[in-house]
Amino acid sequence: MPADLLLREVHLLDPRAGIDALHDVRVRGGDVAELAPAGTLTREDGEETIEGRGRHVFPAFFDPHVHLRTPGQEHKEDLETGTRAAAAGGFGAVIAMPNTNPVIDSAPLLRSLRDAAARDARVPVGFLPAITRGLAGSELTEMAELREQGALGFTDDGRPVVDAGMLRKALRYQRLCGGVLALHEEDPSLSHGGSMYEGKVSAALGVAGIPSVSESTMVARDATLAGYEDGRIHFQHLSCVDSVEAVAAAKARGFRVSAEVTPHHLLLTEEDVRSLDTRMKMNPPLATEEDRQALLDGLRSGTIDCVATDHAPHARDEKEVPFEQAPMGTTGLETAFAVLYTELVLPGVLELGLLVDRMTAGAALYEMPTPRIAKGERANLTLIDLDVQWTPGEHGWESRSENCCFAGRRLRGRVLLTLAAGAVAYRERAFSVVAA
Amino acid sequence: MKHLLSIEELDRAAIERIVGEAERFAEVSDREIKKVPALRGRMVLNLFYEASTRTRSSFELAAKRLSADVVNFAASGSSVEKGESLKDTILTLSAHKPDAIVIRTPWAGAAELVSRWCSAAIVNAGDGKHEHPTQALLDVYTLRRRLGSLDGCSLWIVGDVAHSRVARSNILAFQKMGAKVTVAGPPTLIPRGIEALGCDVRFTLKELPSADVVYALRMQSERMTDSWVPSMREYASLYQINGRRLSPRQVLMHPGPVNRGVELSGEVVDSPQAIITEQVEAGVVVRMAVLYELLSGGPVRGPVSAPEPQLA
Repeated sequence: MPADLLLREVHLLDPRAGIDALHDVRVRGGDVAELAPAGTLTREDGEETIEGRGRHVFPAFFDPHVHLRTPGQEHKEDLETGTRAAAAGGFGAVIAMPNTNPVIDSAPLLRSLRDAAARDARVPVGFLPAITRGLAGSELTEMAELREQGALGFTDDGRPVVDAGMLRKALRYQRLCGGVLALHEEDPSLSHGGSMYEGKVSAALGVAGIPSVSESTMVARDATLAGYEDGRIHFQHLSCVDSVEAVAAAKARGFRVSAEVTPHHLLLTEEDVRSLDTRMKMNPPLATEEDRQALLDGLRSGTIDCVATDHAPHARDEKEVPFEQAPMGTTGLETAFAVLYTELVLPGVLELGLLVDRMTAGAALYEMPTPRIAKGERANLTLIDLDVQWTPGEHGWESRSENCCFAGRRLRGRVLLTLAAGAVAYRERAFSVVAA
Repeated sequence: MKHLLSIEELDRAAIERIVGEAERFAEVSDREIKKVPALRGRMVLNLFYEASTRTRSSFELAAKRLSADVVNFAASGSSVEKGESLKDTILTLSAHKPDAIVIRTPWAGAAELVSRWCSAAIVNAGDGKHEHPTQALLDVYTLRRRLGSLDGCSLWIVGDVAHSRVARSNILAFQKMGAKVTVAGPPTLIPRGIEALGCDVRFTLKELPSADVVYALRMQSERMTDSWVPSMREYASLYQINGRRLSPRQVLMHPGPVNRGVELSGEVVDSPQAIITEQVEAGVVVRMAVLYELLSGGPVRGPVSAPEPQLA
């Protein structure tokens, strides 16, 4: 339902529009109808007024990498719970990965999922179908038909495209149909069944390690292929210094590549895995402090274009097993902004405006409109109280799953309200409003 | 001490206490009646997810010599093969109210997880390639008997360190007891980052003569099929501990079972320098000490049986 709201005296921050000041914002019929100096707009009939003093409004965040688990794994998440979690994290749109059961690799399946999302999702959902049928790495999907049905791009996420010749074919076919190829980079002959970063922690624990070169050699290979074919590649969830350098080198040569990084790779390291907490098990694995610093530098400099959560829900009983048996992944939608704000912006490592930029930049990479707050635009915004302290725990999630690597941390910054595509997608429970 | 999950969590004093206790139990093993009533009425559950004859029977013997009741639960042929999770298995077995669970699994950290799921004392009998603390304790015990003290002693652990929980527990235990530890083996079988544990790393046995103790690890044939080493022949020619490489002043250890002709030559296994059978013997008394440490003193967790009539 299109929203009619008056947000009074909010601190509006839209880095791209160059706005960083107190404003009144009127949303009428789901569109931003008026932006005016704080205290100048008065309530009109049929309008809900929200007192925003001391609170910030940002363009709604965009997450180019989430797992909504539909179809086939709805016990972990579905379109409704996953997008509720997104809206609760301030996200106004997300892109879902195809490693479901069945794999999203055909036009009829994509069609039916887009219909289901239009019906069930709280925020718009874009889909990346698979590059290869069944994610098996041996036959291309019908990419042209999938594009006609609205595929934003393609990915075998969760798995690499191991065969360089197969990826090259996908890049050549991309000339026909367009669509970004989003790549999970991992050389399975190097990762070889490992379940954490290969280094001093894996050596001490006797757990098979995944060497960082498993990712970085593939990034370098595929960046070279992108250059050779003038193709468009997006590197998913970079985790180590060599990968960042490979992307920087490719960009310096003018290759059409982009990259994302997750909040957990920006904030955690292999030391966090020492306790063998399965919530810390993800792919790519948490690496060293040197890698973490390189990712931060890459995000600051723009070598890494955007933040993506790689929100990967798993049921409690699936994660309540010994580390080596546990599935990879952490949830991230509900904590992404708060953890990055608390641990990077507050200590002065990253500027708030830059964080908002990187949390909205994913849209343009997939040729989607970048969320901005301007008169006449559809309302895509999130209202956040940066002073509210909260601690994510084992319960109380909007997501169906609770496997969050940031559980137990004291965080600052709570999403109170999210408008996505002009409608209220989320309202924090305890958040009181002065209703009309 | 509530559980024995790793050597990492023990300090030197705790290791010495357990080893000292084991020395007292050694005296029991020499008696005609090898049983003491220390843990009468207590129940020890052996839960093994991996094949094991030695460790399991050693724990069983240790519990029986302390007069505890023992139940063996092997994962094969059980509900585990029907897909029951580790947690559900533990919750189910907890219904029998064991006082201690001795557990071996192929997964690092599993014993620690189990300790959070039930009230029994947990003894880690091997968690994946992570730790095997009772092996390290019995090795310390055996070596102390031979050398008196480990302080300043140079100890080489030779072989497949990457796949060995014995190596990890022993690097930590020997260092805590004052020894200088070097690990040596083919570079493919020495994990990147192992030096962070404080040990030296060598890829040849050139400096082996400097060692006071040589601890050879078992070399499994599947390491060859997975191409960790090109052939057993080449492995043996480079890393086998044999009469040529072992000097008479050195002590030789091995966790068993030995592959004669691979990591050890037959001659050294049978030499007086080898204390391999002493290690096996030590297994029982050290495990008695561990069970005694964990189970004596505290309240009986299981149902208390009626007191036996007293003879005046």
